[in-house]
Amino acid sequence: MDIKVRLFAMYREAAGASELSWELAEDATLEDLWRGLREAYPELPEVKPAVAVNMEIAALETPLHAGDEVAFLPPVSGGDRKRQRVPCSE
Amino acid sequence: MFRIVSEPITTGQLIQAVEDPGAGAICTFHGVVRDNNLGREVDYLEYEAYSEMAVPAMERIADEVHRRWDVINIAIVHRVGRLEIGEASVVIAVSSPHRVEAFEACHYAIDRLKERVPIWKKEVWADGEEWIEGSVISGQ
Repeated sequence: MDIKVRLFAMYREAAGASELSWELAEDATLEDLWRGLREAYPELPEVKPAVAVNMEIAALETPLHAGDEVAFLPPVSGGDRKRQRVPCSE
Repeated sequence: MFRIVSEPITTGQLIQAVEDPGAGAICTFHGVVRDNNLGREVDYLEYEAYSEMAVPAMERIADEVHRRWDVINIAIVHRVGRLEIGEASVVIAVSSPHRVEAFEACHYAIDRLKERVPIWKKEVWADGEEWIEGSVISGQ
């Protein structure tokens, strides 16, 4: 099956592409996809990345379907972790 | 108004978007490009977004704001591409009947945005560059 892969920020630079069409076995999971990408683009880091499938955050065990859009999301800047977080959250 | 844009952000547009006859306060937050970070001199920043996911994530933050505070309207605009020192990367505007809610909601919105919305920032210095890593997006 064909999957549309989106890569951002450091992952995009490591792979040298922001969008890829990727062929996978029918029963493949996100983990298989990431492993395949890392083999093709060894500069991709050895991490368990945050992933979104069709714009929703998904676990790495999630099975994929033909035509899915899979985006690998590096950590976001998140502000300064050493500073006080919002006083009015939970 | 929830947008990812590549041109400079016009604060007046956000204020207009949240104006309301019942509002007694409009609070805005501007995130601007600073010329230094962790002792290093910053040349400029580059922002990149997964827009199709970032805009719905902003809308979810706005929903949370409406559930928690008595606010009237909220607008969030984030810019992408190359930003020079002093330029605004993000602007948030919140209107509410009374000021306390607008201040708190604005603070809440920028903190959630930075940890949860798929927008990445690269610092470029005279002699190198680095993507800034903080929070892993967890889907909360």
